Amino acid sequence: MMIGNWLDIGPVTQIEPGTARTLPVLGCEEIAVFHTMRGEFFALRNQCPHKQGPLSQGIVHGDVVTCPLHNWNISLRSGKALGDDEGCVPTIPLKVDAGRLYLLRSAVVTRAEAA
Amino acid sequence: MNAPVNFERAGLPGNGRERLVVIGNGMAGCRAVEEILARDPLRFDVTIFGAEPRVNYNRIMLSPVLAGEKTFDEIVINTPEWYEDNGITLVSGDKVVSIDRETQSVIAASGRVEPYDRLLIATGSDPFIIPVPGKDLDGVVTFRDLDDVDRMLAAADRGGSAVVIGGGLLGLEAAHGLNLRGMKVTVIHLMPTLMERQLDEAAGYLLRSELERRGQTILTGANTKEILGEGGRVAGVRLEDGTEIACDIVVMAVGIRPATALAREAGLEVERGIMVDDHMVTSDPAVLAVGECVQHRGTCYGLVAPLWEMCRALADHATGAPTGYEGSVTSTKLKVSGIDLFSAGDFSGGEGCEDIVMRDAARGAYKRVIVKENRLIGAVLYGDTADGSWYFDLMKKGEDIAPIREALIFGQAFASGGALADPNAAVAALSDDAEICGCNGVSKGTVVKAIQGGACSLDTVRSTCKASASCGSCTGLVESLLALTLGGEVQSGPKTLCKCTSFTHDDVRRLILEKELKLIPQVMQELHWTTPDGCSSCRPALNYYLLCAWPGEYEDDQKSRFVNERMHANIQKDGTYSVVPRMWGGLTNPRELRAIADVVEKYDAPMVKVTGGQRLDIFGIRKEDLPAVWADLNAAGMISGHAYGKSLRTVKTCVGSEWCRFGTQDSTGLGVKIEHMTWGSWMPHKFKIAVSGCPRNCAEATIKDFGVICVDSGYELHVGGNGGIKVRATDFLCKVSTEEEAMDMCAAFTQLYREEAHYLERTAPWIERVGLQYVKDRLAEAGAVERYAARFRYSQQFMQDDPWARRAAGEDAKLHQHLAEVRPFPTAPKPQLENA
Repeated sequence: MMIGNWLDIGPVTQIEPGTARTLPVLGCEEIAVFHTMRGEFFALRNQCPHKQGPLSQGIVHGDVVTCPLHNWNISLRSGKALGDDEGCVPTIPLKVDAGRLYLLRSAVVTRAEAA
Repeated sequence: MNAPVNFERAGLPGNGRERLVVIGNGMAGCRAVEEILARDPLRFDVTIFGAEPRVNYNRIMLSPVLAGEKTFDEIVINTPEWYEDNGITLVSGDKVVSIDRETQSVIAASGRVEPYDRLLIATGSDPFIIPVPGKDLDGVVTFRDLDDVDRMLAAADRGGSAVVIGGGLLGLEAAHGLNLRGMKVTVIHLMPTLMERQLDEAAGYLLRSELERRGQTILTGANTKEILGEGGRVAGVRLEDGTEIACDIVVMAVGIRPATALAREAGLEVERGIMVDDHMVTSDPAVLAVGECVQHRGTCYGLVAPLWEMCRALADHATGAPTGYEGSVTSTKLKVSGIDLFSAGDFSGGEGCEDIVMRDAARGAYKRVIVKENRLIGAVLYGDTADGSWYFDLMKKGEDIAPIREALIFGQAFASGGALADPNAAVAALSDDAEICGCNGVSKGTVVKAIQGGACSLDTVRSTCKASASCGSCTGLVESLLALTLGGEVQSGPKTLCKCTSFTHDDVRRLILEKELKLIPQVMQELHWTTPDGCSSCRPALNYYLLCAWPGEYEDDQKSRFVNERMHANIQKDGTYSVVPRMWGGLTNPRELRAIADVVEKYDAPMVKVTGGQRLDIFGIRKEDLPAVWADLNAAGMISGHAYGKSLRTVKTCVGSEWCRFGTQDSTGLGVKIEHMTWGSWMPHKFKIAVSGCPRNCAEATIKDFGVICVDSGYELHVGGNGGIKVRATDFLCKVSTEEEAMDMCAAFTQLYREEAHYLERTAPWIERVGLQYVKDRLAEAGAVERYAARFRYSQQFMQDDPWARRAAGEDAKLHQHLAEVRPFPTAPKPQLENA
């Protein structure tokens, strides 16, 4: 369902706190949607800037996810690699409204429409 | 009940004043009028419309009214006399239904039309009602005005149970009030942490424990599915997971929404709230708005403090001396007697933010301040909120805290102490008989004497004088004393578990048992973790330590597990998984091989490989397909091989006496028995076993964690081998004469390793650290083998449950399924060119 520029991706309860779930986008990069232990939600491209590991499968602590492949720590807030590592993964603007999650449509489908 | 108040003032036409009409007789509307009157009492003719049939009262004090700590009269802000004395027309109990901006007038429900020169919208907010079946039943109330409180009090008089939906500030205050009034209260909260907008997980845990101690039932991560009714009245609540809670009243306190309907219908610019500029002017210059109904610089506020600042800016503007409002830093205190809780600013962390955390388990206190670029930007205090206002002040002023940073967390008294701002100096200033360690009653003099007597590390101080050896909250003080007494000669202590704690792996394991800690957040609180919810190093370690310490009791925490253990398969570099079914002792049969071949074809697995552990690895399976793959393998009798876990991997065997001309014992049979005994056990690290039928050692038992080499006279048992990065041959542990003894020793050794090694420490480095003799001594103690083996077998009762079968049956399906799939609208097809 779509309201204006925001893509409704369903209720917040679909994602357990401290975990992430994936959202494949036909013709574009898969998105990982995170729910932190503190109850915040974030959406990032599901690819570590290091070796493209699936960030959705990492351990979530604070507002950081640790990539399951080589333990890079990625800030869920900025998409930037933390510590000595350098790199950045694109983030997708997300909002929570009345218990549902919305992603900014243009950020979700950029590639396909540019192609 | 309060009678409607309606003070009509004789009109004074032609007095030349502007007509100011205020919609909303609440805290914001009245405060704005007060501020205007204070600046220019003769400027406006004021008319205030209020939907509630009473004078203005302090809405945030409704909680104490509910709790019986205050009466309504005590929370009235503006008495009837105030309206009269200031010549204000109050139209109460008559709701404004529309605004006509063309003719500049408002129309009330009674049909009354009131013209204005300036209009002030202060409609506040409405409680958010979650759209579940049963929300309109009799007995479902919100917590917004005095009528709601009256309804709750009436219910409390009848006794029984209440369900409060929403574990935020308002919900918890409602729950507290109803609890004090004698009702049995259950709080249902969607998020994992109570008051998650104000608290972090650690403080939320403390709050929850305290509320539970007071008799409330707290359900977090609970989603209300339906409110159940009986004859039109509330009878209970059903959660999404099927749980039903019987109750006589449901308080809906999940949040508020700016009340914007009037403004929206009048064509004013509205997003979440009514859009206002820094002078609280809406998109129509004649219309002002203030309070919870507005959106200022993208923010809607639901607290009282910003309201005062907005009203000041509004009045300055309305009386011709504009100053402007720049947004508010807000702070929260929970109004529940006996619970000290303070939160302010931004504590969500982020780029460049640093946490400073102090926990005092003995007092149940937790303090966390968040610093960014030498400015304090947030604070969460639980148990000791004395410094809340000081932190809030630092935050609002944006003061540079660099000079007091070291002492910041200790509070104002400490940080403002000039020379004492250096924690070492503060400790130096303590007298010799000042108590350092409260748990063990150790004074400063005693600690200094111990250090002078040769204890030159934290660990040796702990072992010689017991200071900091129990709860650890005085560790910082002891470290300061070490630094003061020895100058630069302090030996850095043993490696801590991770950077979140000052405790070592051994300390943590010991304290989990001593203090009977049974949950990860509990360990973090009791052991003074310096981060709110740990890191990717300590979470899996704590999960294992708790699992090992409390078999059958501790519930495995999936989100603290590495991906492979959470997905029960091995992640590969492309994000797909490899799947290794168990082949007992390396044996297989046509049925299993057929099932594997079928899986490979059905799921188009690009590769199958024979592993070093004598089984088959199927590569390239997508996470969505894993449960189906497992169902197929289960159907052929195969279960998880745990090739992915810090757990028992395989038991490698040679063919032994049944076929081999050199074989001395049934090594294959023993290997299969050992694998049946040990499979599924979680360990500090991966654990491999092998059984060779003769000293030729075809199963390579001397580079395994536990190796058996069969000889004519019995079984030689070897431990601590490793074939990985650093090859290590096993140490000889002992020789036994029967299979049973070999199995018992295997179970006992495994359990000793499980209970004492550090997380992610293989048996090889563990034995090098503690010494082979130590392992031998522990197992040689009277009855030790039986005790350890019994503990291992007890724990195995809970471990030997095939995780693949559970997943194939639908458990944790969310881990395998995508949230959804996005198929963007196809773009217009490019014109096809025909080939020439």
